Amino acid sequence: MISPFTRRGLVHGVTLLVLLVLPFAAEAAGDPFITIIASRILIYAIAAVSLDLILGFGGMVSFGHGAFFGIGGYAVGILTHHAMEGTAIPFLPGEIPGTTAALIQFPLAVLAAGAMGLLIGALSLRTRGVYFIMITLAFAQMLYFFMISLPTYNGEDGLNIWERSALPVGDLYDDTTFYYLSLGLLLAFLALAARIVNSRFGMVIRGCRQNEPRMRTLGYPVYRYKLAAFTISAMGAGLAGALIANHNEFVGPGMMHWTRSGELMVMVILGGMGTLLGPVAGAATLLLIEEILSQFTEHWMIILGPFLVIVVLFARHGVYGWLVGKDGRDG
Amino acid sequence: MTLVLFLEQTLNGLQLGIMLFLMAAGLTLVFGIMHLINLAHGSLYMVGAYVTASATMASGNFAIGVAAGVLAAGAAGILVELLALRRLYGRDHLDQVLATFGVILTFNELTKIVWGPHALFMAIPDTLSGTIEVLPGVPYPAYRLFIIGVGLMVCVGLRHLIVNTRLGMLIRAGATHREMVGALGVNIDRLFTWVFGIGAMLAGLAGAMAGPMLAIEVGMGESILILTFVVIIIGGIGSVRGALVGALLVGIVDTYGRAFLPLIMRSVLDPAAADSVGASISSVTIYLLMAMVLIWRPRGLFQAYGG
Repeated sequence: MISPFTRRGLVHGVTLLVLLVLPFAAEAAGDPFITIIASRILIYAIAAVSLDLILGFGGMVSFGHGAFFGIGGYAVGILTHHAMEGTAIPFLPGEIPGTTAALIQFPLAVLAAGAMGLLIGALSLRTRGVYFIMITLAFAQMLYFFMISLPTYNGEDGLNIWERSALPVGDLYDDTTFYYLSLGLLLAFLALAARIVNSRFGMVIRGCRQNEPRMRTLGYPVYRYKLAAFTISAMGAGLAGALIANHNEFVGPGMMHWTRSGELMVMVILGGMGTLLGPVAGAATLLLIEEILSQFTEHWMIILGPFLVIVVLFARHGVYGWLVGKDGRDG
Repeated sequence: MTLVLFLEQTLNGLQLGIMLFLMAAGLTLVFGIMHLINLAHGSLYMVGAYVTASATMASGNFAIGVAAGVLAAGAAGILVELLALRRLYGRDHLDQVLATFGVILTFNELTKIVWGPHALFMAIPDTLSGTIEVLPGVPYPAYRLFIIGVGLMVCVGLRHLIVNTRLGMLIRAGATHREMVGALGVNIDRLFTWVFGIGAMLAGLAGAMAGPMLAIEVGMGESILILTFVVIIIGGIGSVRGALVGALLVGIVDTYGRAFLPLIMRSVLDPAAADSVGASISSVTIYLLMAMVLIWRPRGLFQAYGG
């Protein structure tokens, strides 16, 4: 447990407090749009934390995380699409009826992303280093082109989601409900990630980052451990994808585009990789920079691009490390 | 008839393969020697295409346009190398990916500011606009043959450069024993800049020649960059020979897939379903090829140096 009297504890406590009261503060300030942006940040934070599990803790530089994000989104989009049309999705042994129920959509989104993560991971983890970066990128791009050329789900134009997922209680059309659902899922995912990272399993994964040959010599089946981590990470991204599909009320191949994967990586690095809360700070920083810069100029990328180069060249510890002091890593 | 189609598609595949080789050669040289993974390589291709289009329009001469495009890409490459990338040589690949990602965003936005958001189109130069009979009764676009010819010339030139010249000797030595080359008094920094410039010019040449066949638009660099990655994964990072074999393989497989898979599907499924399934599968054939190569040889066909 972290003491509230350290700098780290103070940062955590204040952040949590702000997050808990944010919708009310936004309401009081007469700017409910803040709640919508904040939800977006929380959703991207889930995806960024999931990427950090393999990138920061496992040392697996996956450049294809956008693919799993997109699969989660498409799972919601496709189920809703069929529910609206009243048709069923043919699936190997039988068929799955379309539905808008969140309790079915979200787990399916997570499972679909996990299944694809298992497949892509099984192939990609045969390689290492720069090959791994390129091959994860190539597989993600393969899925991107696959969705573009698949006319059944509107190809390049994507799917409009005519109805947000139906929760057992509450209504996702209510921005405050949406916000607290996103916050709840982020906190739950963070708790899960913390348990994973500190478990024996997590130790093996972190050991692989530091010295994989040694882990192998110690007798650990390194490939299987890494594959399990890769799959869990893909599932987290799938969850975030399901949320963002609801948030945008749209899914398209753009969710899988490689720039999305790049953005997720930037969030992790910007916030501080190898920490659990770093990616959350990174997601908030990047999305807020985008939001603010785009109000001044449509060419905001011209500022973001060089900024990114400078951050990589000169700032190594990320926003989170700067907030809590040192480099933010545990231990 | 089928034979003619087959021949045509083979030439198309060869032409795509040649373009990919021009891209892959630069990328793989830079990786082989500097251990730098450069995502912004596609941006240099884009610069080549844009500058060629503008210079051709201004001068009315395609040859001048191509020369301008190649030089501009080379200059842009050297500038980026001097300003940012040379600080990244010793860093890990993650830093390199992120920094060059930032470079891409910068290039894309600059291009939008200079040339506007709309795609440019460029006509094939008059002297190359016709067709040539490659076999009696089999006409084939002269411009594509021109690309194949230029590409083959570059292959021969590059081989000569690497095998027979002092620069080539340093490149080969630098790839295998980097520290030793430095210790022997060679100015490694200048060598790196040269190699980067050569790679950039090759990318610019690919972009210049692709200009008349494609819409010249922001983002064109990234689509070819990812194909180039597939080429390099298949061929083996750092190996120029692997880049050539991988490029031709990817060019041919992709072209055959797009041309013949829908036809094959049509003989199994009803036409509507066949077109849809055929289109989706043919868009992923090269990735399946890549997966198969990786299962067989995780370090590519011609693994040259440590990855």
